[in-house]
Amino acid sequence: MMATRSNTWQLFFAVLSGILFGLGLAVSGMVNPAKVLGFLDVAGDWDPTLAFVMAGALAVTTPAFRVVLKRPGPWFASRFALPTKTDLEPRLVLGAALFGIGWGLAGLCPGPAVTDLVTARGSVLLFVAAMLAGAMFYDWLDARIKS
Amino acid sequence: MQTSFTPISGLLGGMLIGLAAVLLLLANGRIAGISGIVGGLLTRATADMGWRVAFVAGLWLGGIVYWLVCGEVFAVQLAATWPVMLIAGLLVGFGTRMGGGCTSGHGVCGIARLSKRSTVATLVFMGAGIATVFATRHVLA
Repeated sequence: MMATRSNTWQLFFAVLSGILFGLGLAVSGMVNPAKVLGFLDVAGDWDPTLAFVMAGALAVTTPAFRVVLKRPGPWFASRFALPTKTDLEPRLVLGAALFGIGWGLAGLCPGPAVTDLVTARGSVLLFVAAMLAGAMFYDWLDARIKS
Repeated sequence: MQTSFTPISGLLGGMLIGLAAVLLLLANGRIAGISGIVGGLLTRATADMGWRVAFVAGLWLGGIVYWLVCGEVFAVQLAATWPVMLIAGLLVGFGTRMGGGCTSGHGVCGIARLSKRSTVATLVFMGAGIATVFATRHVLA
């Protein structure tokens, strides 16, 4: 009973968080690949907006995470699920570099790509399908290398 | 495609994104990293699926809410051709899984936790993005 109730609240807050996230992407203009590419184009007509989006987000998360993580646990789960790795492995750097190249080619990263599905544009659908395929391919490769 | 600098809506939207990340951590104890949440849908067992599906649906619904409130869809200006979108999507999917995060997980949440890994990853993908745009717009073009 208790578990079922907390599961319902988890779903509620996941939807709410997702909506706020998507709304934030839309308000900030980061759903528009042209604005993202405008930020990355430091040698052209530079649009610094993305830096302000990051600053706005970090101004909230940096102090609030400190306060939240002092709690014994989250509201509706047994514990905080935080990353545990601390070492700078080659795959962290290589993965981030490959992601950055893709980001610079299309002007899309995973969050805006999902929100942009609202527009039902063919090239956004193609990007998301390719993104899922790329993620599955990495997972498959990783499992093969480990075994 | 030139875009205009919009610092106020940028800050406001960024704060909404931050609020979303705080809420997910406080309520569910989870990091709001989109590539990780979506990636978990492709691999994880069924017990973990519910909140992930709910979050991704919300992310899409946020765009619908914006549309309803403003009366028009937000601007999405795409310059890349279909083959480029395909390659870019593959790189983003593969790279974020390999690097363990994207702009949200490493950039917004990781840096907030003062994680060395996330700070390095963010600098690397920003640098790679800047280099890619420099190459496509100023060297190859």
